[in-house]
Amino acid sequence: MEDNLLFDAIERYRNNQMDEKEKLFFEELKKNNPEIDQMVAEHSFFLDELERMSEQKKLRHNLKEAESKLINEGLISGSNGKAKAKIIYLWNRYRRTIAVAAAIACIVSLSTATVISKYSETKKEAVITPLVDNKLNQFEYKLNEIEHKLKDATTAAPVRPKFKADFRATGFLIDGRGYLITNAHVVENAKNLIVENKKGDQFYAQEVYSNPATDLAILKITDTSFRQVNGLPYTFPKSAAELAEPIFTLGYPREEVVYGEGYLSAKSGYYGDTTSYQISISANPGNSGGPVINKNGEVIGIISSKETNADGVVFAIKSQNIYDALRQVKKDKGITIKPPTVNTLKGFARVKQVKKLEDFVYKVKGN
Amino acid sequence: MKTIEQETILLKGLAANDTEAIETIYRDNFTVIKAFIIKNNGYTDDALDVFQEAMIVLFEKAKSGSFTLSCQLQTYLYSICRRLWLKKLQNQNRFNPSIEIIEEIVPVDDEIEYHEKKNSDFLFMESALKKIGEPCKSLLEAFYLEKKSMPEIADSFGYTNADNAKTQKYKCLVRLKKIFFAQYNKNKD
Repeated sequence: MEDNLLFDAIERYRNNQMDEKEKLFFEELKKNNPEIDQMVAEHSFFLDELERMSEQKKLRHNLKEAESKLINEGLISGSNGKAKAKIIYLWNRYRRTIAVAAAIACIVSLSTATVISKYSETKKEAVITPLVDNKLNQFEYKLNEIEHKLKDATTAAPVRPKFKADFRATGFLIDGRGYLITNAHVVENAKNLIVENKKGDQFYAQEVYSNPATDLAILKITDTSFRQVNGLPYTFPKSAAELAEPIFTLGYPREEVVYGEGYLSAKSGYYGDTTSYQISISANPGNSGGPVINKNGEVIGIISSKETNADGVVFAIKSQNIYDALRQVKKDKGITIKPPTVNTLKGFARVKQVKKLEDFVYKVKGN
Repeated sequence: MKTIEQETILLKGLAANDTEAIETIYRDNFTVIKAFIIKNNGYTDDALDVFQEAMIVLFEKAKSGSFTLSCQLQTYLYSICRRLWLKKLQNQNRFNPSIEIIEEIVPVDDEIEYHEKKNSDFLFMESALKKIGEPCKSLLEAFYLEKKSMPEIADSFGYTNADNAKTQKYKCLVRLKKIFFAQYNKNKD
């Protein structure tokens, strides 16, 4: 906080708000401390620049005003029609009319867009189903219990939280230190979250980021029994995927991991949503949050929802959105998440790719 | 044609960001500049851009206080606009060697160079302010530009007291300076 006082002093010194005694003292201080002298110079320069910017902004505004006033009076455009092509002459002449027309067009299109988006927003909820399996029934739950008990008997599993899940979805690692990507709608309203790998090891997890607008969430495994996993085999491309690109996914629409394949059918999502793709793949409740991977082993998207009254119309969030999410997490929480940079899936047959992948796709459960 | 005294008053008005002075300078000089630009491969919109930039150069000069007009205001503006326009043509590879000098001009290279440097500082500051986001931006603007007092700011931004607002302001200031100087120093290298 010392800097705070120093800045304060510099500002008062610069604005001549110090009394004689204080001023002398400050000047003495400046003379004897080259560091402080340097700071005074730097801070004053900075404030000069700040004030200059604001004045220049005002000036630019005034210049524009003067310009448009003269244009309206015809003083600017009047005198030299002959030197330039007719189109410019016409442009100058009808500039105002065009401006008015453009403004009206702008307002009309904006308001139409608002109405449409409002309308479609409400509709969206009606026909789009998030792919979370909320129907984990008692029977299935019991089955899991038995299964786990059986496993308990044979192997010493690390953690077995006593946990009754209400829903199940999918997530996958983005950083071997325990960061997973899933959908925001998966984790919203969840009190407790656990993730489970293919082997059945369960870990408690917490949400570190969730954005309902992009429907992305990032979880962090908080369990102490979790050991860092290395060698995430996939990467996240920064460019957009191509139409008709073959894709596949792994997810947990059942208690067991399920493979599905399809193709990219449109470069935008529901109602032209450019943050997602439309893909054709068989997806069921529980597939939410699963990675959509192309033949090179790049995660191009994350499965989020499907259209209820159409067949095979599934939407996946573009993976470019992940980078925004990572930036946000870094800004808000100071956590740096490093997505994998080496792709070890490229060039392998599908069966081999899936085998490599399985260990990194998790079941996300919660209540 | 205006007398030296009249032009000095105009410059003072410009330095004080006075709309009337700005308008008068536009009225008196724009037609000449526009004729020059159009004769040399440009359009009215180019003329407006160039003239606006020249006005900023003139504004900086007028504000510095040490500036006295050694020639007609119009000659000065014309020289600056001519230089700016030639530069623009060059950058767009539209250089037109046939530009003839009929009008009297004065050397303005130093001004242009200074202006270009300062213009990038302006852009850095503008983008840095945008980057720190709200409420930091408004907070700093209220204190440093609108010169509001801390109790006033605390009140309008909803801080519990002036000290709180001050701490917040300090944090914002440090962030803004960091972003600004990062760009500034990068540009200097």
